[in-house]
Amino acid sequence: MKVSAIITLKKDVLDPQGKVIHQTLDGMGFKDVNEVRQGKYFEIDVKENDPQKAQKIVEDMCNKLLANLVIENYKIIEIQ
Amino acid sequence: MKSAVITFPGSNCDRDMHVALNKFGFKNKMVWHNDNELPKSDLVVLPGGFSYGDYLRCGSMASKSKIMQSVINFAKSGGLVMGICNGFQILVESGLVPGILLRNKYLEFICKNVFVKINNKDNPYFKNLDKEVFELHIAHNEGNYFCTNDQLKEIVDNNQVAIYYCSDNGKTEEKFNPNGSLKNIAGIFNKEKNVLGMMPHPERMIDKSLSGEDGSLFFKNLLNNIK
Repeated sequence: MKVSAIITLKKDVLDPQGKVIHQTLDGMGFKDVNEVRQGKYFEIDVKENDPQKAQKIVEDMCNKLLANLVIENYKIIEIQ
Repeated sequence: MKSAVITFPGSNCDRDMHVALNKFGFKNKMVWHNDNELPKSDLVVLPGGFSYGDYLRCGSMASKSKIMQSVINFAKSGGLVMGICNGFQILVESGLVPGILLRNKYLEFICKNVFVKINNKDNPYFKNLDKEVFELHIAHNEGNYFCTNDQLKEIVDNNQVAIYYCSDNGKTEEKFNPNGSLKNIAGIFNKEKNVLGMMPHPERMIDKSLSGEDGSLFFKNLLNNIK
């Protein structure tokens, strides 16, 4: 199964890259932006045909390596 | 006294550290990240560099490499483990010291000399040093120390801050903070104070003609403390 996960910075963690992207967008004329936060996206093809088991495996990966829970949250967004 | 420096793929301060440790009387061994066992050591050093190309998060891959289980066991049994720069990032990712190192606040790679003030001398690293403020070198892109409020409370309660960024006369104000680190934190200990992680490089300050000698003071003192 292919499992997709996104990793985002927690709300109170400073995101300097997001800030610079926001400033650049502003300079390009996109004036309607409140805030930009940058994150990561993973697509993991696991050798497991049961969607629930596949999700568990990727969650375990997120907890142990893909995300650092001090500053990041993760969310499984798709299993197919 | 025996020391071991771990070389990860992408480490680049490992040989500087080897030279520094040998210069001040340690018998140092280089250890490959894929080895299982540490040689018998009084001190283990995780050096600076760009282990695994800084992929995912700095230090995250290195913290899962084979040798790290031995390093973690060594630290948990009270052994001295010091992580410098990327080594500090590996320590936080392995959970040996709390917090994390984020991208520098102004998104620039910083390479310059800074002053740091020692906060806690009740440990094998800084005990008996008769100086408070040291001039050391930093070179990093992700040195912006961050932790949760709960972690910060614990760090302060246990006196775990090792060094703060400061002025040449020891003022720890925000304007002397090069990278946005929480409370000017440049280095921290674990609770037991046998594990030290810090961004500045003492191994780059061991020769008067090249840089300065504040690193020499640190290494000489460290050797004496653990003899």
